[in-house]
Amino acid sequence: MRSCAGQGIRTSESAVIEPRTDGRFEARLRSGAFVVTAEFSPPDSTDPQDVLRAASRLGEVADALNVTDASGANCHISSVAASAILTRAGYEVIHQVTCRDRNRIALQADLLGANALGIKNILCLTGDDVTVGDHPQSKRVFDLDSIQLLQTARRMRDEGVFLSGRRISPPPRWFLGGADHPFVEPFDYRPQRLAKKILAGAEFFQTQYCFDVARLKDHMQKVRDLGLHERCFILVGLGPLRSERSVTFLQTRVPGVIVPQAVAERMRKTPAARQREEGKRICIEIVQQVREIEGISGIHMMAYQQEDTALEILEETGLGKIRRSSPSGGG
Amino acid sequence: MGILRGLRDHPHLLELAYQLVEKGMEKVHPLVRRIGYARANRWLRSPEKIAKQAIFDCKMCGQCTLHFTGMTCPMTCPKNLRNGPCGGVRGDKTCEVDPGMLCVWVEAYERSSRMSIYGSGINEIQPPRNFLLAKRSAFINILSLKDAELRGARDSYVGIGRDRT
Repeated sequence: MRSCAGQGIRTSESAVIEPRTDGRFEARLRSGAFVVTAEFSPPDSTDPQDVLRAASRLGEVADALNVTDASGANCHISSVAASAILTRAGYEVIHQVTCRDRNRIALQADLLGANALGIKNILCLTGDDVTVGDHPQSKRVFDLDSIQLLQTARRMRDEGVFLSGRRISPPPRWFLGGADHPFVEPFDYRPQRLAKKILAGAEFFQTQYCFDVARLKDHMQKVRDLGLHERCFILVGLGPLRSERSVTFLQTRVPGVIVPQAVAERMRKTPAARQREEGKRICIEIVQQVREIEGISGIHMMAYQQEDTALEILEETGLGKIRRSSPSGGG
Repeated sequence: MGILRGLRDHPHLLELAYQLVEKGMEKVHPLVRRIGYARANRWLRSPEKIAKQAIFDCKMCGQCTLHFTGMTCPMTCPKNLRNGPCGGVRGDKTCEVDPGMLCVWVEAYERSSRMSIYGSGINEIQPPRNFLLAKRSAFINILSLKDAELRGARDSYVGIGRDRT
């Protein structure tokens, strides 16, 4: 067991009810360990080996890999297919599902199919709008919103029925999560929205990139005041800034990412050759601060094409030693 | 038009008006039942559409949740979200999709905090939209939905089903 496991962030008594699945991700969270997940963007390929190759490095240090669902509204191998390939290879995955591209019939059908393929963790998201992606001309669906999707998935599991009321036998078993957004307006409403998602069925949460720890602390204070930290697991999204340009990219091209002026300034003042190192430093500092916050159960590393930096960050913060989500790792 | 839109910044007045209409509808429910939902819908649909479009920029989803969403129409959200804001709200509180407009849910939250009757409704989970109800009078839909529930309809998500007009 790692040293941070006993920090008292969450005792197993206070952690939500009995396990939903026999998955390693859920088990790690319920054990009170400080959990690491990593984002995985499926490639533009038809070769399963490409999926496995792309996942191998972060897959070895993360407790679970988030498989994105056409992230940023850009087309790639579908989340369900990539999740299935990785699951079959022994990785622990979190299958991301957005409401952008499918109506309730397709969503329920795909979820059921995912579960039949052994996928146990589902992250229910609204989804970035089509206009930010590579097919801005397409029709946005949003038949359900993320909360309705969560509620639908929970009913499928707990009541064994589709939205129509038709029975599913045997019903799916999955561990449901949602997104928490401490860094975007309306700030005062965000803890209430978290509560609403818990009510709808979410038991774990992941956030967008955190570059503003003060804002996160403020949010978590409100979350604790409402007692919500005892009813869910919250993982904070993180990632290294590669350069001054990546600050601009995140701020202008990725919805929901706020880089505070101070952080942007710090990158700008650093000579170009040392910006990667500085971005890494900033990320390490944030990891260290985040681990001290009561109610935070882990981190979610987003480091697209920056696997090396991500591995160094995990190594230097003492989170990268154990092989976890990979076939050889085990729970 | 401008004056009517301005009403949205007085959510308490609007919720009082809504409460009145809600109570009134309860009273006329037996009458509507006798007239028939299809016919009542034909009579009420257009005036309701004109009034709600003028004030709320109503999209005639036929499933009005205005009183639960700060008297702000959630269907004006480009993603049609009915349960709160997405994570794409910009730093200046504008919409991810249309930077020219304030996030509908930023307004909804602010307004609902000024509503003493229905304000806490923003925390209630709104079920998925029933697209069979679209383009019809929301008030008549509410009444016929109530009847469907009394009849023991299998699933309130499915709602009243097709109303033969």
